[in-house]
Amino acid sequence: MDLKEVCKDIRCDIMSSIGHLGNGHIGGCLSVVELLAVLYFEEMNIDPAEPKMAGRDRLVCSKGHAGPAVYAALANRGFFRKEELLTLNQGGTNLPSHCDMNRTTGVDMTTGSLGQGFSCAVGAALGAKLEGDGARVFAIVGDGESQEGQIWEAAMFAAAKKLDNLIGFTDYNKLQIDGSVAEVNDIAPLPDKWAAFGWNVIDVKDGNDVQQVSQAVKQAKANLGSGRPTMVILNTVKGCGVSFIVEMGPGNHNTNLTEEDARRAIAEIRGGK
Amino acid sequence: MEMRAVYAQCMAELMRQDRHVCVLDADLSKASGTRGLYPEFPQQMFDCGVAEQNMASIAAGLASYGFKPYIESFTPFATRRICDQVAISICYAKQNVKIVGTDPGISAELNGGTHMSMEDVGVLRSIPGIVIFEPVDQVQLKAAMPVINDYEGCVYIRLFRKQLPDVFPPDYSFRLFEADKLREGCDLSIFVSGLLTADVLEAAERLAVEGISCEVLNIHTIKPIDRKAVIESARKTGAALTVENHNVIGGLHSAVLEALAEEKLPVCRVGVEDRFGEVGKMPYLRQVMGLTIENIIATARRALALK
Repeated sequence: MDLKEVCKDIRCDIMSSIGHLGNGHIGGCLSVVELLAVLYFEEMNIDPAEPKMAGRDRLVCSKGHAGPAVYAALANRGFFRKEELLTLNQGGTNLPSHCDMNRTTGVDMTTGSLGQGFSCAVGAALGAKLEGDGARVFAIVGDGESQEGQIWEAAMFAAAKKLDNLIGFTDYNKLQIDGSVAEVNDIAPLPDKWAAFGWNVIDVKDGNDVQQVSQAVKQAKANLGSGRPTMVILNTVKGCGVSFIVEMGPGNHNTNLTEEDARRAIAEIRGGK
Repeated sequence: MEMRAVYAQCMAELMRQDRHVCVLDADLSKASGTRGLYPEFPQQMFDCGVAEQNMASIAAGLASYGFKPYIESFTPFATRRICDQVAISICYAKQNVKIVGTDPGISAELNGGTHMSMEDVGVLRSIPGIVIFEPVDQVQLKAAMPVINDYEGCVYIRLFRKQLPDVFPPDYSFRLFEADKLREGCDLSIFVSGLLTADVLEAAERLAVEGISCEVLNIHTIKPIDRKAVIESARKTGAALTVENHNVIGGLHSAVLEALAEEKLPVCRVGVEDRFGEVGKMPYLRQVMGLTIENIIATARRALALK
């Protein structure tokens, strides 16, 4: 499977669903596309025909505002029809702005209040250990979200309880709503922090290069049995793949998008390398 | 027997019966009475250390995996400190997590104002779907625990952890969501939960000597409140009094007022009058907070005068 093409499909579906609605969390959706493509199309033990399959791998998108990216990945993976993506955030939808396990087929955790999803993922990883079903838990954390104290409470616990079936990813796109992460409340040096908390750390230079992400996930899997959870730090670009979104800087966290904008974005994505 | 010892016995029994029942602590398992169970249940008990928010969300994650976690701490740290985690990780996500808060209200005694939750019921009561239970004695607690364990959803157990006088007979049968009538009466309905129930019965006894007939209902489940029982009793007697070890804002008084909002009758109150706690032993705290039998009697007379 050509993961680069999968990434293009996911990006286009993000833009068309948000463009149809008129606004959304575009920047932080586009920055995690390569990760979602690798997890859903290469890595995770899941079955769209049996979304609640026992022993399945779990994905917890703790930065719950990347819901539209998760939905685009799920639809492309066959969990539900792609037409449903256009119901994003409409009244009564099964695809709310932030991930909801009780509404969306394939979503395993309700997230959105930052910091909490990561602890929930740690709880699920503990549950998988207790059940002994071999499931792995993948958790996506935002860089701004990493300013939440609860992230570090969970980091401490996961290492102390030796949850090596937990693989975390930090979407280190360096931007948050009020400005750059470094200016607002710097989380650097991030690899050192996770290492100090007892985690294996993999620092990916370009988290929007699907090959680098794929290799990092394989490397993370090799840590299963190490007695330590793994954090993969993905250096990404907020808005990656759509130049006019990237140029907005911190303003692309949640922004308006017309259907014409979406068409322009999709043309760029389809024409891109 | 102390309430926490009864609670620990119940948890041991539940964990033996079902390996999915588990307990999470935040460095207060000794206070909750469950410390001694750790050696028997190494795969079911986890101390998260002093990190209550993480504990609450980890419990939600375990629940998503089919486990039945109980999280334990002092009432302020099991409620107001983790309010958003209870609201979002647990209740909004519909996770089957039980919350056990010990030392409610003035029973925090020498830990003082920082540890004295007068608002825990109020904080949680506005979260949709949550159940709030406050036991009166060891008989009720013992009867309630298996029922609560079988209930699929979040239940907050507001647990006084030391010894309480028995109010219920040994053959008591517990019904979640249904108030228990402790005394029949025709002049005044007294609604009470938890710690002060025995005091209300004593007050009712003394008022009977004066010829005042009090009906006493134990509202063990503050949310959802047994509206039918509350309205029926209040309509019968024509006056109501609430008695609680909690701020009068947000707790039992508020819940009873909501139930009686369309009834034309006085609803008086004995409770903490919108103030923080302070350090002291129970007799002192009862005095300064007005949680005395004398104040219950005086307020009962006022309610009758308002009829």
